[in-house]
Amino acid sequence: MPTLFDIFFYLFAATIVVSAVLVCFSHNIVHAAFSLLFTFMAVAGVYVLLGADFLAVSQILIYVGGILVLLVFGVMLTNRVTNIDIRAAVRARIPAFVLCSGLLTVLILLLTTGHWISYKDQPWTNTPWNKNAVEQALAPDQGTEQEKHDKSGSHGTAPEIGKLMLTDYLLPFELVSVVLLVALLGAASIARQDPVPAKQEGGA
Amino acid sequence: MNDLILISLVALGLPLVAFVLVIFNQKALADRAHLISTPAIAFSLVLSLYVAWMKLKGLPLTTFEWSMDWIQFGTLPGYGPLKITVGVLLDNITAILMVVVTSVSFLVHIFSSEYMKLDSRYARYFAYLGLFTAAMMGVILVNNFFGLYMCWELVGFTSYLLIGHWYEQTGPQLASKKAFITNRIGDAVMWMGILLLFTEFHTFNYREIFALIYQGLPITFSIFGLSPETTLTVAGLLLFSGAIAKSAQFPLHVWLPDAMEGPTPVSALIHAATMVAAGVYFTARIFPLLTGDAMLIVSCIGGFTALLAATIAITQTDIKRVLAYSTVSQLGLMIMSIGAGAVAAGLFHLVTHAAFKACLFLGAGSVIHAIHRAQHGTADSELDAQDMRNMGGLLKKMPITGWSFIVATLAISGLPLLAGFMSKDEILAGVTAYGKLQSTMQHSVESQPFYIDHNAIAILLPFVGGIVTILTAFYMWRQVFLVFFGVPREVSLFERIRESSRVMTVPIVVLAALCLWIWYGPNPLAPESGWFLKKWVRTSAQVIPPQTAPTYAIVPQVLATDDATHEEPEVSPASSPIPSSQTTSTLDRLPQMPHQLALEAERHTVAPIVGEVAIGSALFGLLLAWLLYMLRPGVASTIGRKLGPLYRFSLRGWYIDEIYEIAVVAPFLFVARGLAWVDDRVVDGLVNATARTTVLLSRVVGWFDRYIVDGIVTLVGATVQFLGLMTRSLQTGRIQTYLAWVVASVVTLFVVIHYVVLAKP
Amino acid sequence: MSLFPVGLYHFLILAAVLFVLGLFTMLTRKNAIAVLMGIELILNAANINFVAFTRYGGVNLGGQMTAIFVIVMAACEAAVALAIVLNLYRRSQTVSVVDANKLRD
Repeated sequence: MPTLFDIFFYLFAATIVVSAVLVCFSHNIVHAAFSLLFTFMAVAGVYVLLGADFLAVSQILIYVGGILVLLVFGVMLTNRVTNIDIRAAVRARIPAFVLCSGLLTVLILLLTTGHWISYKDQPWTNTPWNKNAVEQALAPDQGTEQEKHDKSGSHGTAPEIGKLMLTDYLLPFELVSVVLLVALLGAASIARQDPVPAKQEGGA
Repeated sequence: MNDLILISLVALGLPLVAFVLVIFNQKALADRAHLISTPAIAFSLVLSLYVAWMKLKGLPLTTFEWSMDWIQFGTLPGYGPLKITVGVLLDNITAILMVVVTSVSFLVHIFSSEYMKLDSRYARYFAYLGLFTAAMMGVILVNNFFGLYMCWELVGFTSYLLIGHWYEQTGPQLASKKAFITNRIGDAVMWMGILLLFTEFHTFNYREIFALIYQGLPITFSIFGLSPETTLTVAGLLLFSGAIAKSAQFPLHVWLPDAMEGPTPVSALIHAATMVAAGVYFTARIFPLLTGDAMLIVSCIGGFTALLAATIAITQTDIKRVLAYSTVSQLGLMIMSIGAGAVAAGLFHLVTHAAFKACLFLGAGSVIHAIHRAQHGTADSELDAQDMRNMGGLLKKMPITGWSFIVATLAISGLPLLAGFMSKDEILAGVTAYGKLQSTMQHSVESQPFYIDHNAIAILLPFVGGIVTILTAFYMWRQVFLVFFGVPREVSLFERIRESSRVMTVPIVVLAALCLWIWYGPNPLAPESGWFLKKWVRTSAQVIPPQTAPTYAIVPQVLATDDATHEEPEVSPASSPIPSSQTTSTLDRLPQMPHQLALEAERHTVAPIVGEVAIGSALFGLLLAWLLYMLRPGVASTIGRKLGPLYRFSLRGWYIDEIYEIAVVAPFLFVARGLAWVDDRVVDGLVNATARTTVLLSRVVGWFDRYIVDGIVTLVGATVQFLGLMTRSLQTGRIQTYLAWVVASVVTLFVVIHYVVLAKP
Repeated sequence: MSLFPVGLYHFLILAAVLFVLGLFTMLTRKNAIAVLMGIELILNAANINFVAFTRYGGVNLGGQMTAIFVIVMAACEAAVALAIVLNLYRRSQTVSVVDANKLRD
């Protein structure tokens, strides 16, 4: 008997697969971009199912709000609407299909034959970051007021991630911020209108 | 650094600065070069006078020395620390010679600004004069052999440049080369001597070397297995060789007469007053280490040169060549005097000689200049302006030059009231004392490796001195009579001759004034009482081992009296004989060795007689010249014809140039030609054969290279190209193809690992 | 291996499928922006794996942290890649990855 969790999982999984297939096969690249929107949303849903609330929010904010918008901008800037190019050309579908099915087979073989130790079969409970909620449910009246407040309900993963970000993951955090800055500067620099006219390129 | 040393260095630097300024601005300065050079040398003269005044008046017994490390080579294994130091040694003789050099140079600068007026290389001439003066100051001032050798070479080089000033003509060309090569021979030998001492004592400093020798010769001081004492003799003679060349002593005197091809002021400055005197100065400097044998050889060379040059001078007709041979002769006297142990007398003569010989040369220059001007644009321009046979009676036309010339001639002939008498008298006294003592010395054959019959030779030296005095008076007065007296032999030329301008006559008059006795002592007949010998310059003490000194039989008797007559306190050698590097060292107060004291004493006893003989000889020479050239003008040529071979022998300078031509130059050229032939045929043949073999070999190698090596290389290249073509098809440049290859590889890898590698048997 | 209850396997298989679909997009599309979309799909698949492993096997939030960093890097990559694509389009009037092969020779 499927639980609510299972149902939601299959719902999101179906959305992901269908919209991803549309991304693959859609003739219109604008359609593909819209399908991608659904994929990202569904992946966010999967994150919620997996107890990663902060990540789900980030997914929606960054992917949907940022990356996808960028992609759509790219599409708009590089395709004249009347151009035939707006119909995304494809090539060599058959060998790609063969290769991809081979890879999928291999992956599924690996996943199913491998032995994965999964010691937490009960979702929503037992996870380190949901422990407070469980304890609260089991013993609601214990502890001081402050402790009670700390244990009241789930605070999600955001506080934990925030602590980790500034403690154990401080160096990657700083590095990634530098990388982000450099990438933005680089992108601005590359995308800037070339002061030299393009006719020089024609001669090259 | 002491103030006086600093001032001396400035006096040295000023001419150098003038040289640099002039040589790099020749075009801009052109005929205004003397406006830079003359003030520089004038200031240098003032500084030198100041130094000499302070030194001689105030501190006559102090010697100043200043040294600095110039090049540090660090510590060498098996040798110890190696460094080259340069420095300044300032003693009385240095101070006096500074004045001599700068004053003569200053006067010559003034004289030249008129004499060289029309020269096309006027600026360069003055630049070289400045460089010469600086180098000469360097020779005088440095305190070590290394610095001395550098300045010594620089002096020789400037001499070469100035002799060859008119290098368009063949004469100056050859003369400058001759001077340079002859000097090089002597300098090379001298450098050997310097290195011989340096190898043993590890220093170039004069006083350090003397101190080390005084402490006792080390047994390691030896070349060719000779004993240390003999090696010291050899070292002294090697060093003296530099003086032989520079001071034009036999057998290297041949360059000096030819050097008269240079401008006359240059002859006055370099080839009469200063540079040639550098050799005498150097001999005096190294006198402390000259052993008895070396002293004898030095004095014999000097005496022979004096006699040789004097006999040549009596027949010369060129006004400058007479003076040149006279210079050689006088230098010979100085060297003889130093060799005989009368160092102070030799240096005294050096100073007085600088004055009167510079005066004579400038006077000759004035005469030549006047004749040149008279010749200008007339039919007489073919006449040789330097031939005395074309002159005569010039005293009427050129009174200032003439009278100055006569004063200088009186000085050089050694007549009283003039400086030349004082110095020459001292030399004759010293040489006589030496000859007398040498002939009575106790001599043990077994202690001397080279047996020389001292008795026979040394006793000749006083007679040589006397003969040279007669000859000097004779040839100098002959010159005066031929040039300034008698009837004019070229009347038309004579009428146009005018006295030279003030710029030229003033230096001559100044120099003539310097020939007077009063500058050197109050009593013209007693040079001993003059301040030059009494206060300023003393014969330096010798440092040689006692057994190498000449041993005179009469030493013990005179020692006592000598001590009594000398007021200066004697420091006993035992107290502190080792000089330190301080300003004043005990080396300066070292007592003279017994034989030196014996010489001094003997000189006192012979001096009165010698003085009378000297005056007599000079007067005799004067009278002889008067007789032959004034009273009976035709007699001289008759005698010359009668003594034909002897006359020519003298006129050609004892045929020494010819002998060298046959004995040295011709064999040298013969060997050179032989070597050239060997080079041309054998060496070149070998080289050519090698070349041909190489060409042949290279052809073979080339074939091998082209077909075998290149073949292999081409094969490798072709293989790589083929492989590249094969793999190139994979390089599509399309990312997606690469990606597909990656995916395919992953799948294949998995399949291989899963079903082949991990397959259970 | 059953459909219920949903466990680690299901998430992993979902991620695998998403990965292969992204790969297929990358392989077949000519349009550079579409290729970028494929890359985003692949990155999402990887992120699902990270989060799933965190949920079922992790003792801390390491996987989620990695996923966050991956998202940030994806943003960087998208920005730079789109800048490059725009530049390419401006220079050669094309966004086809097939035609952009000038560096090959």
